[in-house]
Amino acid sequence: MRKLRIFSVLILAVMILAACAPAGGSDAGDDASSASAGEIKVGVLVPLSGQVSTFGVSTRDGILLAVNQWNEKGGVNGMKIVPIIEDGQCTPDPAVNAANKVIDQDGVHYILGEVCSKAVIPVSEIASAKGVLMITPTGTADVITVNPDGTAKPYVYRACFNDSFQGAVGAAFAFDNLGAKKAFLMTDQANDYVKGLSETFKATWLEKGGEIVGEASYTSKDTDFSAIIAQIKDANPDVVYLPDYYNIVNLVMKQAKEAGLNIPFVGGDGWDSSDLDLAAADGGYFTNHYSPDIQSPEVTKFLADYGAAYKDDTGNPKVPDALAALGYDGANMLFTAIQTAGVDDVDKVAEALDNIELVGVSGTITIDEFHNPIKDLTILAVKDGKINFETVVKP
Amino acid sequence: MQFPLSSSKPGIPGAIKKRAPLAWVGQSFLIILAIIVVAILGTNLVKDPSLFAQYFISGLQLGFVYAMIALGYTMVYGIVKLINFAHGDVFMVGAFVSYYCVARFQLHMWPLNVFPSMSVGLATILGSVSVILISMLVCVVLAVTIEKVAYKPLRDAPRIAALITAIGVSFFLEYFGALSFVYTPRFIPYERPFPVTAWYIQDGIHKVVAGVSPPAGAITFSNIFLIIVVASIIVQIVLQYLVRRTKMGIAMRATSFDKAAARLMGINVDNVISFTFAIGAAFAGLGGVLYAIAYSSIWAQLGILPGLKAFIAAVLGGIGSIPGALVGALIMGQAEAMTMGFISTPMRDAVAFTILILVLLVRPTGIFGEPEQEKA
Repeated sequence: MRKLRIFSVLILAVMILAACAPAGGSDAGDDASSASAGEIKVGVLVPLSGQVSTFGVSTRDGILLAVNQWNEKGGVNGMKIVPIIEDGQCTPDPAVNAANKVIDQDGVHYILGEVCSKAVIPVSEIASAKGVLMITPTGTADVITVNPDGTAKPYVYRACFNDSFQGAVGAAFAFDNLGAKKAFLMTDQANDYVKGLSETFKATWLEKGGEIVGEASYTSKDTDFSAIIAQIKDANPDVVYLPDYYNIVNLVMKQAKEAGLNIPFVGGDGWDSSDLDLAAADGGYFTNHYSPDIQSPEVTKFLADYGAAYKDDTGNPKVPDALAALGYDGANMLFTAIQTAGVDDVDKVAEALDNIELVGVSGTITIDEFHNPIKDLTILAVKDGKINFETVVKP
Repeated sequence: MQFPLSSSKPGIPGAIKKRAPLAWVGQSFLIILAIIVVAILGTNLVKDPSLFAQYFISGLQLGFVYAMIALGYTMVYGIVKLINFAHGDVFMVGAFVSYYCVARFQLHMWPLNVFPSMSVGLATILGSVSVILISMLVCVVLAVTIEKVAYKPLRDAPRIAALITAIGVSFFLEYFGALSFVYTPRFIPYERPFPVTAWYIQDGIHKVVAGVSPPAGAITFSNIFLIIVVASIIVQIVLQYLVRRTKMGIAMRATSFDKAAARLMGINVDNVISFTFAIGAAFAGLGGVLYAIAYSSIWAQLGILPGLKAFIAAVLGGIGSIPGALVGALIMGQAEAMTMGFISTPMRDAVAFTILILVLLVRPTGIFGEPEQEKA
């Protein structure tokens, strides 16, 4: 009798659970379809916490500025844009979870994000597989838009140049403009962005006839670079290539200064952050997507709009960094493409993106056959506590 | 009767020392490993002595910080036979408290605010010391609270329960601290209460000037290195005095030998245990502040790796032995620095945990440890 009772309770529980599931599923389905009647939902995946949180805050602010500007003009094709912001932490696992959440639970067809290449790569696989159009505003690693067999991934685009371009320009700048002949490479082997830049730098450097006097690797969690700095002093290079994010740059260059190292450092767009320690990074150069000092009508208008919308802690208008500019451009790319396509259909929008020509804040954007934009590169110098515009390099 | 912990057959008390059949494989492997390590270090020492000395200095810096943390592990284990995995997070809390004192409340400037005519050097010293003391105080309060809330109720429970609780407290501190309204989930660049200056040794000691590279072959060290070494040595001396010359020290040693007998002799065992936790936490807090000043970046999971390495240091030196903690920590620091220099930086954690495995395989009681005595 007791066994029968337990058995019947179990059966009842299973039936109740079974009854719940499809109802839940269809509810979510209904939500997605009813929402898209008058709205376009866009997933925004940015790192709001973690080692590079300024990247996420800037990118999000740039994207939201574009969203608000479009919504004020009536939205895209008359439909209001609804951004769904998730924290990807610039790390693969949380970014993948966030991507799955916005795709499966919120039913978005478009994703803007993620920000860091190592998080963008897994998200791009998901977007490609699930047929969701993804534009990463700032992910520069080559492999984001390109499959291992050399074909472009469907539905994956970016708003920035890629690392083979960036690394090559960095090497050319150090060799030609700085007159350096011996370079020391610092690489975080676990970070695809850093590794990609390092490899292209090395290839271009050796091609130009430069010498690599040393290479050192470290991890993103390291705080003690004394051993590497001692090796740099020993090797005596003309330039050190450190293409990592600003949090690592802060630590390395501060410790280098304290050890008395006086060698110029060259880096990549990961340096661009309001948290970059300008005193420590003094004497450094980095390749970037844009500079607020560039005199163009788009940049001027963007500076004005951004400063009006966002204020810093002391109440002054914020100056947007490259990530905000790219977020803005990436969002504009997406909305312009949806407008051109006329319908909320991912394939048509992708086609419109392939043929887009947008004059953005970070330059004129046209898309090549690998879904990468062909754009200018800006080189910035850190000197005397300020970031100064150094030069522009055309592709 | 002493049960030797070498490779006699288990379960046969007082047996003839019979080696396990293939013990020579393990032992020859270890001897070859030792020879390789000595060879690598020896050749590098001869090839580039100043580089070797530079690594040695950074190894000392790390080692002395680990020594401060390892003391807490070894003392707590000695008294309650508990490995307090939350100790590394007390270290992290010390770093964060000092960060808030400096960045948010500007507490390192209070001497100048109260006595405007004081010399800047003296005021900086006074301000920094007060920041450190405040961090140590908060760590002490935290550790005593943890002990009372989490460990005391489990004092008579099987030791695994207390171990799991310690791990739980550790995770709690890390992830509670990572909440935005507590500390932050971000990595914070640390603001120092005093500036770091560096000197280099080449025909005498010269100060490093910003923008001028020291000559090749010069060995650089900074004021934070000196402070860490001096502070750690003072901590060791204070602790030795405390344990050997004071009544509380006798009480601590008695409690670690036999808790029940100590209670019978009139020692308030609860107070002694709380005092042990407090002392360990104070030193961990001091270590936390100095570590943050040296490596200028703090985050909520800062305490995991240094805490684990300090634990390995305590095991290496003989857990329960205070001089063992210092020796073990110095060895760990050197191992880490040499690995970073001569192998590669990412390998340093691998080497640290390999040392743990080797210690447990070869001599589990550590360098200064004694095999467990049978209480007659």
